[in-house]
Amino acid sequence: MRVLMFGWEFPPYISGGLGTACLGLTKGLAHHGTDILFVLPRLDSDEEGKHLTLMGANQVRANVGISEILELQERISVLEVLSPLRPYLTEREYSSLLEKKNLITTEEILGQLDNDFSGGYGDNLMAEIVRYSLIGAHLATSENFDIIHAHDWITAPAGIEAKRVSGKPLVVHAHALEFDRSGEHVNQKVYDIERAGFEAADRIIAVSHFTKDTIVKRYPIDPAKITVVHNAVAKDRKLDQVRIEKSFKEKLVLFLGRITFQKGPDYFVEAAARVLEKNPNVRFAMAGSGDMFPRMVERMAELRMADKFHFLGFVRGADVERIYAMSDLYVMPSVSEPFGITPLEAMVFDVPSIVSKQSGVAEILDEAVKIDFWDVDRLAFEILDILENEERAKTLVERGRETLKKVQWETSAKNVLAVYEQLTGGAS
Amino acid sequence: MISVCLYFQVHQPMRLDQGYSFFDMGRKHHYRDETANRDIMRKVANKCYLPANRMMLDLINEFKGDFRVSYAITGIAMEQFQEFCPEVLQSFRELADTGCVEFIGETHYHSLAFIFSPEEFRRQVEMHGRVLKEFFGSSPVTFRNTELIYSNDLALEVEKMGYKVILAEGADQILGWRSPNYVYQPAGCTKLKAMLKNYRLSDDVAFRFSDRNWDEWPVTTEKFARWVHAIAGNGEVINLFMDYETIGEHQWEDTGIFNFFRSLPRSILSHNDFRFQTLAEAAACIDPMAQLDVPYFTSWADLERDVTAWLGNPMQDQAAELAYSMEEKVLATKDDDLIATWRELLTSDHFYYMCTKWFSDGDVHKYFNPYDTPHQAFITYMNALNDITLRIDNDHG
Repeated sequence: MRVLMFGWEFPPYISGGLGTACLGLTKGLAHHGTDILFVLPRLDSDEEGKHLTLMGANQVRANVGISEILELQERISVLEVLSPLRPYLTEREYSSLLEKKNLITTEEILGQLDNDFSGGYGDNLMAEIVRYSLIGAHLATSENFDIIHAHDWITAPAGIEAKRVSGKPLVVHAHALEFDRSGEHVNQKVYDIERAGFEAADRIIAVSHFTKDTIVKRYPIDPAKITVVHNAVAKDRKLDQVRIEKSFKEKLVLFLGRITFQKGPDYFVEAAARVLEKNPNVRFAMAGSGDMFPRMVERMAELRMADKFHFLGFVRGADVERIYAMSDLYVMPSVSEPFGITPLEAMVFDVPSIVSKQSGVAEILDEAVKIDFWDVDRLAFEILDILENEERAKTLVERGRETLKKVQWETSAKNVLAVYEQLTGGAS
Repeated sequence: MISVCLYFQVHQPMRLDQGYSFFDMGRKHHYRDETANRDIMRKVANKCYLPANRMMLDLINEFKGDFRVSYAITGIAMEQFQEFCPEVLQSFRELADTGCVEFIGETHYHSLAFIFSPEEFRRQVEMHGRVLKEFFGSSPVTFRNTELIYSNDLALEVEKMGYKVILAEGADQILGWRSPNYVYQPAGCTKLKAMLKNYRLSDDVAFRFSDRNWDEWPVTTEKFARWVHAIAGNGEVINLFMDYETIGEHQWEDTGIFNFFRSLPRSILSHNDFRFQTLAEAAACIDPMAQLDVPYFTSWADLERDVTAWLGNPMQDQAAELAYSMEEKVLATKDDDLIATWRELLTSDHFYYMCTKWFSDGDVHKYFNPYDTPHQAFITYMNALNDITLRIDNDHG
């Protein structure tokens, strides 16, 4: 089985859970003998990719010849169907490509392809998605593969294009939805791309029933087309198992994630204030960055907790392990979390978690402490109770260890592989 | 005779290492950004302090006592001179030796201590007085609080401490229709005299000197002297207060700022009713014209001329409250190094960096701010302050 897989980020260059999940899933698939050509917008030198073939869309231009350019012309008109993208096609090379499609010259296209991808999620995101999809179509004609797998809306156009060109089945993997990121105030263009991806897909993989339900309800898609495959967690730790010595005596409660509406950082801050009222011997750490960061810093200061509440900024690499290892309790108060891998990561470090009921991960954590994200009083109560009740904390850690035995990327990959086999009629 | 008092503030904060993170707390106890502190001090020394001191010394010698000037050098700046540019201190000593220069007292660490802790305020003022005596041979008689922060209560305290003169901003909200060009008596004081900054003339040089959009640009010495001389008959003293870094650093040499000051004494003295004096000299020979009643804090910062550059948003208030709440605990350690480190964190600049008023004064704030955002300034500051608490609890608790 050979998979043409489209992704937007890969460790260590990640902004959230998508890259981490792609790494885990591809490792699991490789374990089962699957060949993967994984296409990223751009490649840097140190991605963790020995188990698959990583390719940067920014390196593909060398293959473009006259025949491909003629084909590209065709595909550009196809892309116009993706009407939501059009307002974003202001970037010079793209507007000229689209408006004067009958006058396209070889030089124009080669010149346009010479522009490097920046990757990430910058100002030209929409234009980059389109360019990436052009590369996707090109690869679909030049590479051998059995199935196409696109991760999230951002690579859905590439998947659609690759399917159109190759006729191979398309799997669209929903890691997060616009409703998770933005609540009711969705970006219509993103929503339209998500929906186009779901409609074009032969099968949708949702990371949780929580996500599947949203897809069925909001997009709306036939539930029979959606398979739920829960994420897993990598258990390898770079730091040794010894618990990292804290330089303070207080117990530490951790929030780790993007500091955005979706992750509910404000509920964590408010709960911290209520905990400290009852028990001043607790510290809180908030790791991550995001658009709510300034507001969270100011609110924390307003609540006068700066001697007990610490901001770490965006942590990466060994610092992620360090902060988990230093923590006594992990809290994920997400407002809407399609999966939420961090509580599993915390378990790897024997740190118990409190997770919001509005998260996919709650589906596989039968015994975990679950709260409604908005219930700050309950959250504060549970934090206090777990910190002050050694027995309860110990039990939670043991249950976590049990859970980890079941939650493995090899298992998730097997379920994905089953989807591939159904769609390809068992090609191997 | 009308006295012209030139007074320059000399200050450089001890900047913090922005890489000092949560993970360093309780493990590393070094918060200074030594590279930045050294590089900035050397840069400003070469652009401003050394050439400006040279110029002032030449002018004093040239005018044989008729050109006189006052300085307030913060203790934290003097410590950094000693460490990074001892030749700057030496050149200030040479100025002191002329007898034409007055050195003004303040809080050693350029802090907001008066607002939070009168005891710490007194300790820092006394410390600065001792340092001035040691370096320049005389104890200060004129006092200026950090960034000209001023109130009735401050004046009372400063009079109690034996000072004869205090400086304040000639802010519109305290003067109303009255002129800054007279000596005032702070409300409740019997001996202390207040000297008020003429902010229009001062800022014409400090802020507007190189502003090509200003309809008075360029300001020649003749034009500026004309504005000064126009006060004849309507005042007794003209207080020109500004950052020393105006000369060569805020206003670069190519703006003509050095030439402006070089020819200023001759132009001012071309009118027979005008003379240069140090602040203490001028205050000694002029009687107060009226009482100065300032029940709330004023300063020379921003358009508001109040303390909102340093305090008022939750980050600033929280950081300052926590810093001063540690006073007793820190002093009880009797650990000189730890106490000095804590006091470096009391320097007002740290709170200035946390300011979120980005309106008309945003440009000035940004220019002096090593941080990308006020939130980053707050986080770095709190990491350092929290480490001090941990040090006390772990080592001295």
